[in-house]
Amino acid sequence: MRLVLGFASGLLFGLGLILAGMSNPAKVLNFLDIVGAFDPSLAFVMGGAALTTFIGYRLVWRRGQPLLMSDFQIPTRKDIDRDLLTGAALFGIGWGIGGFCPGPAWTALPLATPGILAFLPSMLAGMALALFVKGRRLRMA
Amino acid sequence: MPLETVTPFTPLASTLGGVLIGLSAVLVMALFGRIAGISGITTGAIPARSDDWGWRLAFVLGLIAAPLLVGLVTGETIRQTVPDNLAAMVLAGLLVGFGTVLGSGCTSGHGVCGLARLSARSLVAVLTFMAFAFATVFLLRHVV
Repeated sequence: MRLVLGFASGLLFGLGLILAGMSNPAKVLNFLDIVGAFDPSLAFVMGGAALTTFIGYRLVWRRGQPLLMSDFQIPTRKDIDRDLLTGAALFGIGWGIGGFCPGPAWTALPLATPGILAFLPSMLAGMALALFVKGRRLRMA
Repeated sequence: MPLETVTPFTPLASTLGGVLIGLSAVLVMALFGRIAGISGITTGAIPARSDDWGWRLAFVLGLIAAPLLVGLVTGETIRQTVPDNLAAMVLAGLLVGFGTVLGSGCTSGHGVCGLARLSARSLVAVLTFMAFAFATVFLLRHVV
């Protein structure tokens, strides 16, 4: 059941990305090109998604627990630390170069363009490296 | 195909697509009680790293299946042009992977879910990655 519903959730997310045009890195890069080919569509994606989630979360949280797990696990940290800022900055640079963030990278995979075949394994390697660095820091602390 | 330097503004389709993304995030919270951040779901899909990796791996497979389903139903490949400088794409991938894990989230985790939770950390992350992404595209397209 978890697997079927997990798959369905991912499928819905992917269909949303495709309908929104966000599966096309050219459209993302044109959003980011504010003084050039500016295409403001991405702002409407973020607006529609964040507003839907804002309302939906509040309805869901009225129920004390999720349907398939024992508890809600919601981030509790409030501090603005160096990792948050450095990580977001590096992500922003990579996003600006390639036009892919992690979701659209997955939906682009089956189209198997040379660009995504270079990007996706590198993204996974970058994630593994960051997990290694974080883990080593924890062990040394 | 060369990268499209002009793409049509699609406010309606993009808003509706955003609503579907939001519904997926709400579904993940309702079912699993978790944030629908794709970077976190990706790293959590590895069996060694979490004990409930199954639904996350299924979620990733759902993302991959979406363009295939659209292709099957419409009979057309989805519109997409991808930068083809492979060295740049390797660098971009490394930065996106490393940055999203170090910074605890990406466009979905900090952007959609974090802003919906009114999280200050997520707002700072979103403003930071947006600023750096705008600056990077400005440099690459108008300066270099």
